[in-house]
Amino acid sequence: MSLPRTLILGAFLTALFLGGALLSFVWTPYDIELLDIPNRLHAPDAVNWLGTDHLGRDILSMIMMGARTSIAVALLAVGIGMGIGVPLGLTAAARRGSLLDEVIMRGNDLIFAFPSLVIAILITAVFGAGAANAIIAIGIFNIPVFARVTRGAALSFWSRDFILAARVAGKNKARISVEHILPNIANLLIVQGTIQFSLGILAEAALSYIGLGAQPPTASWGRMLADAQTLAALAPHVALIPGLAIVLMVLGLNLMGDGLRDLLDPRIRVART
Amino acid sequence: MIRYTVGRLVSLCLSLIVASMVIFTVVEVVPGDPAAYMLGVNARPDTVAALRAELGLDVPKIERYLDWTAGMLQGDFGRSYTYRTPVSQMILDRMVVSLPLALLALALTVIIAFPAGIYAASRRGKLGDAGVMGATQLGVAVPNFWFAMILVLVFAVHLRWVSAGGFPGWGNGIWPGIKALILPAVALALPQAAILARVMRSSLLDMLGEDFIRTARAKGLSRRQALWRHAIRNALIPVLTIIGLQFSFLLAGGIVIEQIFYLPGLGRLIFQAISARDLIVVESVVMLLVGLVIIVNFAVDLAYALVDPRLRIRA
Repeated sequence: MSLPRTLILGAFLTALFLGGALLSFVWTPYDIELLDIPNRLHAPDAVNWLGTDHLGRDILSMIMMGARTSIAVALLAVGIGMGIGVPLGLTAAARRGSLLDEVIMRGNDLIFAFPSLVIAILITAVFGAGAANAIIAIGIFNIPVFARVTRGAALSFWSRDFILAARVAGKNKARISVEHILPNIANLLIVQGTIQFSLGILAEAALSYIGLGAQPPTASWGRMLADAQTLAALAPHVALIPGLAIVLMVLGLNLMGDGLRDLLDPRIRVART
Repeated sequence: MIRYTVGRLVSLCLSLIVASMVIFTVVEVVPGDPAAYMLGVNARPDTVAALRAELGLDVPKIERYLDWTAGMLQGDFGRSYTYRTPVSQMILDRMVVSLPLALLALALTVIIAFPAGIYAASRRGKLGDAGVMGATQLGVAVPNFWFAMILVLVFAVHLRWVSAGGFPGWGNGIWPGIKALILPAVALALPQAAILARVMRSSLLDMLGEDFIRTARAKGLSRRQALWRHAIRNALIPVLTIIGLQFSFLLAGGIVIEQIFYLPGLGRLIFQAISARDLIVVESVVMLLVGLVIIVNFAVDLAYALVDPRLRIRA
């Protein structure tokens, strides 16, 4: 079977940024804490491949460090969403129609009513700005997404014969959920995880752009754009490059998600809003 | 229908109550006393106590919660700690910017997404479909605040068609106000239009596979006629849900976009309130945004039941 073309392109873009982020732990072209004011706002050339920013820092190095922040925040937020949402969804499906199911699903609806930005603002108002709070805010937003997808998919398995066989064999609902339902819905969760990952990248960028995300000296794409805003007319590259990085990373993840979905199971449908 | 409406209404009220409790609890655990914060570190304890009493911070929390919610039901959101003016007036002043912005963005979203989605569905698998889908794939990936910066660079800095930011108010006529909101609205609308176009397309394709379309074709309608007369109306149901969700997203997303264009909307208000520890303003604006989402969802549910009787029974 040949791999879908979207999967290859998506995986390539994702690997590019992931590689850059990992590489930044051991090497970046320049030290981003090194300010070089006389060399500020240089357009891309052979010395600084992507140019320099308003403090003379190398933009390629900052993009690599920023990729680290973006990926870490989005990945941990997906982890929170899955870690809490999937067990909730499995429980709701196992106890379908019970009071517990109702409480879990209504709780989900309630969290859905809080736009992720509003959650972030609330958390920031209470605990202050920072990468950790951005992770929590995006993570909370992910919980109902995973709970719903898990419940919906798990429900379709509870009526199947092999589940019935497991029940007859004396396994309890919790054990069936973990041993038989979870492996069957893992594909779906991976695809949804990819989509939430890309949404997390966008959310992190927006939060750090308005100053609620990672704080200096941590590099982040959103803050690079905030710094660039007043300089965009003078040196367009400082505004264009971090934005393009966000677009390509998100595009890569989305294409990979689509490709994975086609590859793993053409029938499954993932909620994407 | 009446039973269904009453059921939804009860759940609407419950959601609003729980949401208000969550918001109040979260904001009230804020470390730091607003009165002490406003007076600075050298304030004498009795001055702080006097200000606390003046702001009503000395009454028990449960009583303050009840006061806050009871007030909101009558349109009274309390008084701002920093400005000492009614919060409802502050919100109203900002809503005349934020609400038109969200509505304009929603209109643009629909105007872009409907033709794009319908076109792609009618050309399924052909070049036009691939083009629209590629464009939407890109549209979903573009952060709206970055797109806004590019729009400013092109239309305000280089072409000088519109101003780069600020808001002249509605006093000088409708047109200057709309002109100030058009770039922010386009920036907000583009990514949402990409999502909506995809939903429109897939919903239409689902419908085109249905039996009633085959029947319509069998009785002699062309593909195009079947699409316009039968498929679109039915495809609108999932599209409406997404539009409902998008409205609240546009209203909240405006918080970021307002920063770029220096618009005096709800976003600016909430950021000022956070940095000044004006908790009552933070609580009220968040409650307003969340309440709007809940009410819009309720309205969409009712609209559905009106359109599709099957949904009333299932609920």
